[in-house]
Amino acid sequence: MGALSPLGIGIAENWRRLCAGESGIGPITRFDTSEYPTTIAGEVRGFDPTRWIAKKEVRQMDLFIQYAIAGAAMAVADAGLEQSPPADLERYGVFVGAGLGGISTLETTIAALREKGPRHGISPYFVPAIIVNLAAGQISIRHGCKGPNLSHVSACSTGAHSIGEAFRTIVHGTADVMIAGGTESTVSPLGVGGFCSSRALSTRNDQPTRASRPFSASRDGFVLSEGCGILVLEELGHARARGARPLAEIVGYGLTGDAHHITMPPPGGEGAQRCMKMALRDAGIAPEQLGYINAHGTSTAADAIETHAIRAVFGAHADKLAVSSTKSMHGHLLGAAGGLEAAISVLAIQHGILPPTINLDDPDPACDLDYIPHVARAHQVEYAMSNSFGFGGTNAALIFRRLEP
Amino acid sequence: MNAKDIHQQVSEIIADQLDVQCEDVTPDKSFTEDLGADSLAIVELVLALEEKFDVKIPDDEVDRIKTVGDAVKFIVDHTKA
Repeated sequence: MGALSPLGIGIAENWRRLCAGESGIGPITRFDTSEYPTTIAGEVRGFDPTRWIAKKEVRQMDLFIQYAIAGAAMAVADAGLEQSPPADLERYGVFVGAGLGGISTLETTIAALREKGPRHGISPYFVPAIIVNLAAGQISIRHGCKGPNLSHVSACSTGAHSIGEAFRTIVHGTADVMIAGGTESTVSPLGVGGFCSSRALSTRNDQPTRASRPFSASRDGFVLSEGCGILVLEELGHARARGARPLAEIVGYGLTGDAHHITMPPPGGEGAQRCMKMALRDAGIAPEQLGYINAHGTSTAADAIETHAIRAVFGAHADKLAVSSTKSMHGHLLGAAGGLEAAISVLAIQHGILPPTINLDDPDPACDLDYIPHVARAHQVEYAMSNSFGFGGTNAALIFRRLEP
Repeated sequence: MNAKDIHQQVSEIIADQLDVQCEDVTPDKSFTEDLGADSLAIVELVLALEEKFDVKIPDDEVDRIKTVGDAVKFIVDHTKA
């Protein structure tokens, strides 16, 4: 697995800080925010792209692609595929998507176009720098993946859908190994401004580390964040045959549409309910077997709807479930969120530790589950689910199972 | 600006754009064969040279510029002394 987030670069640093209940949110440094109602975000800090990408290539691609390349390199190395790639490269694929793509390069190019005109204002690399599927394309070029190559786009569900679709591609028999997840980088005037305009972001600017507070009564919007979360999925027999050490098994995937509204879920979260049920059916497990949910929990009004949906799906077992929103610490990575949170769900199973929901000082009465408030909990679960819901009413749920070491 | 100065400045732009050592940028070097440029990199290089020397390099001329020496010659021929 590989990850970049406001909590750090690499899985180990992310996991250490998640277990410590730390926040990665801070003031925006990328641009002057003085005219914006929100001045905080989760920026990736200390990222040196030349660790993974040749210097001349760095300026040929938006940051979201650079993150994807770095995250994929980490995941491939972690899986032991760097030195010895799969024998059949035509069965080695990449599904890595993004919600928005190269929005900041689009902004700077439009400004240069106005200033210098079309000949000198637009780089010949502009199109491949911004289009979403160059995340998957660049990864495939670097690792020789000649199998299925797609970038799914489903807003904040992108990372989860990418992993779910990769799972299905392996189950279907089209590939043995898939690099899958999401990437995003939209901490830019247009990215932040767009979500400000839709009144989606927290304005708790004076307390950045406390701004993302899922399930609390005082939550006031999500905190925009960036990074990537990328996994290597592999057919279990194929992995064991080459002596790989699987971290967990992906066993269930659900995906549904709300058919309701462009940004809001229906009040009962019916789309989310059907999605979780579909994932449980796909995994072939009873609701009572699930131990942990890494919730979508964005720190918006929809947290209560997700809570309601979990209660509707799990009934009495909902009171025994541990549920946390790690967005309280890393913020909302949009298209990368499902990738990072899938990785966190795997880590929770692997280490027998459930990461907390921080900042839950004043739980909303409509949010009444066990959210693992404030501090991580040592607890071994057999099954964990990761929920992702996106604009357009697009939902994804993934279920992971513990593998005996 | 004499030809030697132009060669030096062109070499610096090429070295920066293509991420190669300046001393490797000699007149006989081919952009695609020796310096690792693809078609997009050549377009980017042409635009950088246009900006630096305030010249316009038409597309049919670009097709004839294969080596560092070709690029230097074009700039020398098209910049006023």
